[in-house]
Amino acid sequence: MALNGIQIFKLTPKKNCKECGCPTCMAFSMKVAQGALELSKCPYMSQEALDSLSEATAPPMKTIKVGAGDNEYTLGGETVLYRHEKTFVSKTRYAVSVCTDMADDVAEAKLAEVSKVDYERIGEQMKVEMVYVNCGSDAPADKYVELVKKAAATGRTLVLGVKDVETAKAALEVCKDGKPVLNGADASNYAEMSKVATDAGVVLGVSGASLDELYDTVAALEKSGNKNLVIDTTGATIKETFANTVEVRRAALKNEDRTFGYPSIVNVSKLTKDDKHMAQALASVFTMKYGSIVVVPGMDYADALPLYGLRQNLFTDPQKPMKVAPGVYPLNGADENSIIVTTVDFALTYFVVSGELERSGVPINLVINDAGGLSVLTSWAAGKFSSGSIAKYFQEEIEGKLKCRKMIIPGKVAVLKGDLESKLPGWEIIVAPREAVELVKFFKDMQANGEL
Amino acid sequence: MPFNRKPQKFNASIREVEIGVGEKAIKIGGENVFPFYTFDGDLGNTPKVGVEISDLGLDNPVPGIAAYYEGCTTAAQMAKKAAEMEGADFLALSLEGGDPNGANKSVDELVAVVKEVAEAVDLPLVVEGSKNVEKDSELLPKVAEVLQGKNVLILSAKEENYKAIGAAAGLAYNQKVGAESAVDINLAKQLNVVTTQLGVKPESIVMNVGTATAGYGYEYVVSTMDRIKAAALAQSDATLQMPIITPVSSETWGVKESVSEEADAPEWGSREERAIAMEIETAAADLVAGSNAVILRHPQSVATIAKMIKELA
Ligand code: SF4
Repeated sequence: MALNGIQIFKLTPKKNCKECGCPTCMAFSMKVAQGALELSKCPYMSQEALDSLSEATAPPMKTIKVGAGDNEYTLGGETVLYRHEKTFVSKTRYAVSVCTDMADDVAEAKLAEVSKVDYERIGEQMKVEMVYVNCGSDAPADKYVELVKKAAATGRTLVLGVKDVETAKAALEVCKDGKPVLNGADASNYAEMSKVATDAGVVLGVSGASLDELYDTVAALEKSGNKNLVIDTTGATIKETFANTVEVRRAALKNEDRTFGYPSIVNVSKLTKDDKHMAQALASVFTMKYGSIVVVPGMDYADALPLYGLRQNLFTDPQKPMKVAPGVYPLNGADENSIIVTTVDFALTYFVVSGELERSGVPINLVINDAGGLSVLTSWAAGKFSSGSIAKYFQEEIEGKLKCRKMIIPGKVAVLKGDLESKLPGWEIIVAPREAVELVKFFKDMQANGEL
Repeated sequence: MPFNRKPQKFNASIREVEIGVGEKAIKIGGENVFPFYTFDGDLGNTPKVGVEISDLGLDNPVPGIAAYYEGCTTAAQMAKKAAEMEGADFLALSLEGGDPNGANKSVDELVAVVKEVAEAVDLPLVVEGSKNVEKDSELLPKVAEVLQGKNVLILSAKEENYKAIGAAAGLAYNQKVGAESAVDINLAKQLNVVTTQLGVKPESIVMNVGTATAGYGYEYVVSTMDRIKAAALAQSDATLQMPIITPVSSETWGVKESVSEEADAPEWGSREERAIAMEIETAAADLVAGSNAVILRHPQSVATIAKMIKELA
């Protein structure tokens, strides 16, 4: 919550000495409130005043960094509960779970699978970012350390789920350079765990038997000076976990309760045991509702394709439509002689059109124009998808790459046909139906008439 | 110092709409809290799950679906089997065969299928049209007529044909009207307003505010539902207090992740598992965003989503 000028003025020494460059302390306070001046421009602020101000002007939810090098991830820092208000800033990260209670070969097979999912989707690399290494309740420290070593070898950022202080210390010895999360503090051990985490320079995860206990533990940790935290909101049941996760985020962002202003860990794997499909459902639920790290029992392509797609959609700027890169997208095994369909770079248009074209089974080169990320009619109306822009793009970029000289344009811009034919000599311009759902039939008809 | 809970309690609530008749009738809506926010107040009726079958039967089914309906040769047999599915609250019959760009079945032919299905099952029925605006204006009023007394939900009336469909389903034959708009809160509101101006009672309207598969412009679905629930509850906007139904399967089974055979995409693994995951993960997201009912196809998806609702509610 930002302070207003009067509230800041109350904390100034009221000397009106002008050293800050302002005629009065009041004028200075007004400028600070507007964000035009830094508080540090006044050399006479007491430490106490500075502390209370930095507390009051701090963002509602802390930004916490975990992992190192290429595997460093930013968690939290959100300012809104709903994506239409403002862009969500820190993507949900997924951790595959292994545990000392698993047979060695099972755990190893899981770790080997972590790197399997790795693909690009609209400019974003999709993979499992983290591994959650859980320590069973009576596993000896050396057994846990062995598993941590194997998990670290995957190159993923680790989350250490361990409650025993000595075991945690031993595990951090072998992996602290990778800046793992030590998810081990609760009401019974937080002081010692906090020291272990701080000594190793890693983020501490806090859990509790209830929201009240969790709240008290976080407050105690903050008081002791550790604000490098994440909150494990996993409860005993799915219902409780959902409640905890929403309550924590809502307290921070809506009710300005900064004690809960930390990223979350939601352990879906713990809640679903062997029910793979329930894990899929819950991974989706907690991507929607406020999981910063979501721990899953595994991640194969079936799990990943909808989940990463969902995440990519959620964490987009609500003001800016998602765009795909202009260029040639060969579908159904198209080569340079295949027929060309062209449209705009609005991601939704691209997805709908490419989906229908794929369903047609016809080899097609889909050529995406730079239309400012707008839909067909909007970009046409804005002059960003015109016969001039299309002709220029085709002459400069496409004619050298593709041999086919038949271009299908969207039905909604049928008016461009004549202009395009005169601007692009040698090209045959064909008008597609107005709606994408009619494309499959359109191509079937073309095939039947021998036009392909 | 204990955690200071601040529940978001609203004076407004989502309207309760009943579909079907008799023992198996269902109610959706009725909540005055955000989706699954049980910690804030009363969820009303828990969201419901529907099983979708088609007048076209099975088209290139995955093994699990083929096995489930094995031996069924008529729509009535499929409907009976679907109604037994674990987790099924209602049956959704898609009349996609009516699409003039597809099988182009006649209205009479489709109405016969509708009758046959309605006689075979006692689960509440949702009838989905051909998705072609002109065909549906002719087809859906007939459907509403032959199903008089069954209290079915007709999907759907759109901006272009709400007059024909809304008047028949909502006024003449006393069914429930599905009002379909395309992922925009203002379009949803506008359609509800004009439909009620026709004389259709607000408590006879269920919205389909638009659907997408996760990854396919799904952010529009999320924001549309987020904003509609906020307007309905926090701002007491009575024109947006209708419950929401989301046909999930007709979207998710058409994307390449669900369509590509394993031979075409070997690294992706089993087509069936992919299609199930697309359906489950999209439906789960729809439900936490605000759907009061979802329509699914695969028995695994139906069972999982029904169980998830039970766990969360
Ligand atoms: S430097 Fe500080 S004390 Fe001096 S006028 Fe500015 S605000 Fe006031």
